[in-house]
Amino acid sequence: MSADVLVPFDDVLERFDPALGLEVHVELNTASKMFCGCPTEFGAEPNTQVCPTCLGLPGAMPVVNRKAVESAIRIGLALNCEIAEWCRFARKNYFYPDMPKNFQTSQYDEPIAFNGFMDVEVDGQAFRVEIERAHMEEDTGKSLHVGGATGRIHGADYSLVDYNRAGIPLIEIVTRPIVGAGEKAPEIAKAYVAQLRDLIVALGVSDARMDQGSIRADVNLSLSPRGAGTLGTRTETKNVNSLRSVERAVRYEMSRHAGVLEEGRPILQETRHWHEDTGITTSGREKSDAEDYRYFPEPDLVPVAPSREWVEELRGTLPENPTQKRARLQAEWGFSDLEMRDTVGAGALGLVEETIAAGASPQAARKWWLSDMARRANEAGVELTALAVTPLDVARVQTLVDEGKINDKLARQVFDGLLAGEGTPDEIVEARGLAIVSDDGALGTAVDNAIAANPDVADKIRDGKVAAAGALIGAVMKEMRGQADAGRVRELILEKLT
Amino acid sequence: MPEDTPGSSTSRSDRVEITRDEVAHLANLARIDLDDAELDHLAPQLSVILESVASISGVAGDDVPPTSHALPMTNVFREDVVRPCLTAEQALSGAPAQGAAAVRGPADPRGRAVSGLTRRTAAELADALAAGETTSVELTRAHLDRIAEVDGAVHAFLHVDAEGALAQAAAADERRAAGSPASALDGVPIAVKDVLATQGLPTTCGSKILEGWIPPYDATVVARLKQAGLPILGKTNMDEFAMGSSTEHSAYGPTHNPWDLDRIPGGSGGGSAAAVAAFEAPLAIGTDTGGSIRQPGAVTGTVGVKPTYGGVSRYGLVALANSLDQAGPVTRTVLDSALLHEVIGGHDPLDSTSIDQPLASLVDAARRGAAGDLTGVRIGVVTELGGEGYQAGVLARFQESVDLMVKAGAEVVEVSCPSFVHALATYYLILPAEASSNLAKFDAMRYGMRVLPEGVENPSAEEVMRATRDAGFGDEVKRRIILGTYALSSGYYDAYYGQAQKVRTLISRDFAAAFERADVLVSPTAPTTAFKLGEKLDDPMAMYLNDLATIPANLAGVPGISVPSGLADEDGLPAGVQILAPALADDRLYRVGAALEAALLEQWGGPLLDKAPALEGAAR
Repeated sequence: MSADVLVPFDDVLERFDPALGLEVHVELNTASKMFCGCPTEFGAEPNTQVCPTCLGLPGAMPVVNRKAVESAIRIGLALNCEIAEWCRFARKNYFYPDMPKNFQTSQYDEPIAFNGFMDVEVDGQAFRVEIERAHMEEDTGKSLHVGGATGRIHGADYSLVDYNRAGIPLIEIVTRPIVGAGEKAPEIAKAYVAQLRDLIVALGVSDARMDQGSIRADVNLSLSPRGAGTLGTRTETKNVNSLRSVERAVRYEMSRHAGVLEEGRPILQETRHWHEDTGITTSGREKSDAEDYRYFPEPDLVPVAPSREWVEELRGTLPENPTQKRARLQAEWGFSDLEMRDTVGAGALGLVEETIAAGASPQAARKWWLSDMARRANEAGVELTALAVTPLDVARVQTLVDEGKINDKLARQVFDGLLAGEGTPDEIVEARGLAIVSDDGALGTAVDNAIAANPDVADKIRDGKVAAAGALIGAVMKEMRGQADAGRVRELILEKLT
Repeated sequence: MPEDTPGSSTSRSDRVEITRDEVAHLANLARIDLDDAELDHLAPQLSVILESVASISGVAGDDVPPTSHALPMTNVFREDVVRPCLTAEQALSGAPAQGAAAVRGPADPRGRAVSGLTRRTAAELADALAAGETTSVELTRAHLDRIAEVDGAVHAFLHVDAEGALAQAAAADERRAAGSPASALDGVPIAVKDVLATQGLPTTCGSKILEGWIPPYDATVVARLKQAGLPILGKTNMDEFAMGSSTEHSAYGPTHNPWDLDRIPGGSGGGSAAAVAAFEAPLAIGTDTGGSIRQPGAVTGTVGVKPTYGGVSRYGLVALANSLDQAGPVTRTVLDSALLHEVIGGHDPLDSTSIDQPLASLVDAARRGAAGDLTGVRIGVVTELGGEGYQAGVLARFQESVDLMVKAGAEVVEVSCPSFVHALATYYLILPAEASSNLAKFDAMRYGMRVLPEGVENPSAEEVMRATRDAGFGDEVKRRIILGTYALSSGYYDAYYGQAQKVRTLISRDFAAAFERADVLVSPTAPTTAFKLGEKLDDPMAMYLNDLATIPANLAGVPGISVPSGLADEDGLPAGVQILAPALADDRLYRVGAALEAALLEQWGGPLLDKAPALEGAAR
């Protein structure tokens, strides 16, 4: 599918400096849309959450949602931005079949928040990402392309449009070009998005689900000859909808750009599409003179001029700074630097915190999320937060283990059940019959059977080779289909043979 | 707003020509398929217009802040509360039709008009209803009969809703009978310009592209009419998307001036003005972006009011230029306008630009004015709105009106508003820019007309869009979309749209200075009386000049009224006098307008419309 010439990553860095830019769209979790009173719930029947305004019917008009402005200001403040004393909405004019008005109501050169930064941690080192702006806008409808081979607009037999998403409030957060990242560029990109997502979660302004598109990242990348200190032509890669993909997309584009440049060809300034399955980008539309958005101030809306009192009041509602919070949590939980870094790196900080809050010990919470859950998420190719297992579930499973009702091995079966949607942990233990057998009678019979079936092993134990008990324990556990407390089994065997 | 490509604007702005290639590029941006003939035709036409509007580039504007909103408002928010949605059926209704559907014509004749009911004013009809002398059904039927009788000749209506109007009338009669009328005008019928959304009634904006569209919601103005109990007779004709001064740009054929059926009724709201002048409706709603209520009022001998920007909700008014549009009354008397203005005016949370403060009583002002005393009122005659380019008979009637106001006790001052000479150019940059964006939504996707491109198999959405927009929009609409696309495009924004917004500020400042010296400003409403149908159709600039005197008020957001000033000596056709007041002082229009009207009525010995030819049996 792709004829791209890729230069190995290490070779790219020998000859080029990367410059990154990230544009992250955050869908706010307001009850109603940006400019009308329609609800914003995800997954409703198509075209049931619409009104004249978000359908763009002739004559309908927008009115700004106060809560969306508050969320925008809070995001701006959390990103250390200045908040505009006066700003406006503007129309971005372009035609697209799923855009009801054929212009997007957005902000142009007067964003609500600007000049901020976020300190991103990669391998224990802080890297400052400068924020150019955060502005408010509305989402478009969603096209479903039916027929054809690709499911994309080209070649489709026909297209359907769901306008439920049209008008949902978005905050677009744009970084300044991130230079000097070198080999860490892919990790910094990923860490920035992960940390931004944690911040959004802490602010409580969005569902922050990348898999549902409530956080969407566009990755801009350019290369310049090493040490030149200039910026090369950039590409904008869209559809990067997981943390892992952010890192992979940066890595891929760096290799591809280098391949093009090494062949002496120019980089086309274009939009590229990321393909999660194949791990490559393909060319989208070319950005050229043909794109002329003809921005002008939205005449149906009046300026937004947040008073300083309002801004300070909102500043008072900000959650703890993430860097300070991490230091505090690490001390509280007693994690080593490495454990903490792995937790943050896996995007599991919030999940671990919630799991601990639900009653699990810090080590247990970390163990489940970073081993079992991380593996399952990886296999499914989704984010940890997208798994059908909640922090409450994990805490409950750990409680069942602590109470001796199940063991770690059975716990994994409970997680299988949770992922399969079989109910709560307790329901799954019940339905799957996973509870450990603690009845000595049933265990005793199994132990007797194991001794009878393995007379030579039994003899060794009788001779004092207690270590041989492991083989008998295994046999008992097998007969009990794992539903036994291995410690109790060991005690029974030793009681009978010594 | 800064440009994407700084520095390029200066080098380009010297040029006042749009080449054929540029028109093709702009048409591409605006998704309109223009053929070679259209390109050949449009390029020189647009160059002439541009040559004229480019004159504002010479206005010094370095220290002038741009005006994008006529009134200084900030922080208009709604709370984050969920409101009821449309049903999926409503949301998906009105899917594009691929063939041409005929617009329903007026109702069948029901016999001769009943008595003199249709010749009475709305205030008189309201009194008659209150006194039990007539019923709403009777007078609604009388107007429907009148429509059936004369609208074949006048063509004021695009759609008549006899059934709906009679049902509303019956409900009004029940309320009257129960002693609980919904308002002073409960039961008095009205006509509504086809640019306002009416639930269940076609709304075409005079355009083919909206043929067959039936809105699933009511404009706020329409909802208020219904709440107040006014039966809606139907929807009136207009220039396509309100672009024009003659109603000749309606895709459904022109409206004829009841004073002379070979002449234009003004525009864009020629249908509303003609309906009222021809006694087809006692009241009508118009909309005024650059004079579309006032100029038709002047040339048909009726009263038209453009309220303060933000005084009447724009929700459901299909926008031409959002920062200029305003809906208002079209009536035969000043008092009727005040009564109707009070029904439709007032704050609307669905319109962010709606003014949220109480206004002085307009009806009281009109009644006070009718007593005829203007002692202490300072009338400012605007130097720049008169003289050259104005018809002698129009100026004579204007001077007569000024003299009558002086006789009533007013003091006259001469005021100069030097920036007004740039108003037309400013308007023809701001309006097309906003319109080009507003009209982008007509893309054949969700509603209205859908045209498949000829000779294209399996056309894409993009191709259908282009073909539909070419077939569905008329010439004037295309001209303005291209002009607006040009004024907003990269490299031209500062020189055109940006500069126009600065000049807009200067125009507002001129008004502010003038209102320091005068309580109201006066001028002729339109430079001429009604011209012949077809006379200016091929000369856009000549057509645009009709709005010379009315445009400044829209740019500054101030209110204005046009009151009939009599008949021009040379052609015996009606002329109008325009009265302008500061923003939010709409009551002054009614006080001064009613006083002038009273003096003129005395002079004429009865309503001016009594001098109009009878239309009964008028054949076409």
